Amino acid sequence: MQAAISVRKVSKTYEEGTSKVPALQGIDLDVYPGEVVLLMGPSGSGKTTLLSVMGCILRASAGSVRVAGMETSSLSEKELPPVRLEHIGFIFQGFNLFPTLTVGENVELSLDLKGVRGAKAREEARRLLSLVSLEHKYDTFPSDLSGGQKQRVAVARALAGSPSVILADEPTAALDGHTGRAVMQTMHELAHKHGRAVVVVTHDSRVLEFADRIVRMEDGRIVPGPTTAHEAGVPKIPPHAFIATPIQTAFEA
Amino acid sequence: MPPLARRNLFHDKIRFTVTLTGIVFSVVLIVVELGLFVGFTLTTSSIIDRSNADLWIVSRGTPYIEQGTPYSERKLYQVLATPGVAEAEKDIVRFGDWKTRDGASQGIQVVGFNPHSSLGGPWNVVAGSVDDLQKPDAVMVDEIYKKKLGVERIGDVFEIDGRRARVVGFTRGIRAFTTTPYVFTTFKNAQGFARVEADQTLFILVRAQAGANLKNLQRELQSRLTDVDVLTSSQFSRMTRIYWMFTTGAGIAVLIAAALGLVVGVVVVAQTIYATTMDHIREFGTLKAMGAGNGYIYRVIVTQAAMSAVMGYAMAMVVSALIVHASQSGGAAILLPWPMAVGIFFLSLLMCIGAAMVSINKVTHLDPAMVFKS
Repeated sequence: MQAAISVRKVSKTYEEGTSKVPALQGIDLDVYPGEVVLLMGPSGSGKTTLLSVMGCILRASAGSVRVAGMETSSLSEKELPPVRLEHIGFIFQGFNLFPTLTVGENVELSLDLKGVRGAKAREEARRLLSLVSLEHKYDTFPSDLSGGQKQRVAVARALAGSPSVILADEPTAALDGHTGRAVMQTMHELAHKHGRAVVVVTHDSRVLEFADRIVRMEDGRIVPGPTTAHEAGVPKIPPHAFIATPIQTAFEA
Repeated sequence: MPPLARRNLFHDKIRFTVTLTGIVFSVVLIVVELGLFVGFTLTTSSIIDRSNADLWIVSRGTPYIEQGTPYSERKLYQVLATPGVAEAEKDIVRFGDWKTRDGASQGIQVVGFNPHSSLGGPWNVVAGSVDDLQKPDAVMVDEIYKKKLGVERIGDVFEIDGRRARVVGFTRGIRAFTTTPYVFTTFKNAQGFARVEADQTLFILVRAQAGANLKNLQRELQSRLTDVDVLTSSQFSRMTRIYWMFTTGAGIAVLIAAALGLVVGVVVVAQTIYATTMDHIREFGTLKAMGAGNGYIYRVIVTQAAMSAVMGYAMAMVVSALIVHASQSGGAAILLPWPMAVGIFFLSLLMCIGAAMVSINKVTHLDPAMVFKS
């Protein structure tokens, strides 16, 4: 099976004045469709930098990054946004919703970027919001939503245009335990039901049960450690636990 | 596209109000200054432009209308004998001294013309008639200068250079750029009021026959007459306008004020749009991270600027119309012809979009990785 994202010997070095700070050192990682990969590690270990490099937001100093089989390290700055647009959906720790747009318009905006407009965009936005049980909040502004609801809107927005890869940065950090679990169940289902490759950066050990694979990082390197929930001593959620029910079930539970 | 630009713009109502106020202030300033410039420019040459003459014959080297010097009126007969001339009349435009009833002096410009002809007379006569000027000592002034000249009604008597002058009518809207009011009278009276010798004139106004080639007639007259310049009305008008607006520096000052209005507008709009952009910088970063190209984001910012421009312009035009209306009864007319209004619309648009460039530059250099920083 072809990896959705393939990272080879990737390094990233930040220059701070005259000194150079290595953030990533020789990273090799493949993420396949249908799996949830957790990137874990202490602060400053390079998790978010790796996520940015995988999402073609940050350029690696060295190495190769392939998205859907396409080598991106040789692409120009102008060629990278279309790759992000077509293949990658982002979910952010701070939700990053547009506060002046309604919930529906937030999702429509993502569709608009992908060329879906007008009535078709509205219909698709409603469908995506229904996946996260928020279609009734279509005309609500984000300021009137709870943290969990905001993150669900962010999930719906990330799904616009059916990207093959979902990259999530600390998606549960701003949520309570129950809501965090519901969001992670959604990630799990996106991978296992919809065949997305899902990469989640997290500090939250409570979400280990949703991982198909755990990648641990320290000092910009991938380090040995338990690579599955089972190895980590956490009962793994069965791969198809949510396939029988739509995503919203997780939130409605 | 979801209404991101509109929502961002209206989201902070106080900032939006400041933006609109800045644009309105700037546009009104530009309208007033340019309107004054247009008003002044037309005023300086109005006597020439409204003279109905095709050609003005002036003493050699006369740079503008107020600097006419006397020459022999016998040249009039040479002019009348020239083929292609339909009508020619002597004319005087010269500074004089008006004495009010309390004995105060007030500078005026005496305009002497032949009331029987169509050349060089007043226009917009709202009280009395041009024929009334044929009465001895009769003069006609503009309503705007009634107070300045101490005139209350028709029949009031004053002195011009020690000679009796009686007001027989009023015009409306004939302003003088030099602040010395025009006083219309017969050529004969004007010779006395302006101390011009009996056989002298300052100008000869010529109306060409229908179908005559004006350039040829100008050349022919120039070759027949000595010590004078034969100018088309448009040439003399332009010389007069250029003198007053640029040689004196008056026009430059007005234009500089208009340019300052533009600069103020650009700065105010740039600052407010920049502040709005910075308020939403994380959202623009999110858009970039999601894959939006710079062009998409520029469209949002430029749309904000254009919406500000259109709304600011509309409000400014209402204010400007009131100012223009109020200026009609004042000494300095502010004019707002429609081509200028259209031009200022595009100028406002350009000003606001230009101001948005600062924000666009900021967003262009925005690192989308910022979205991962909480």
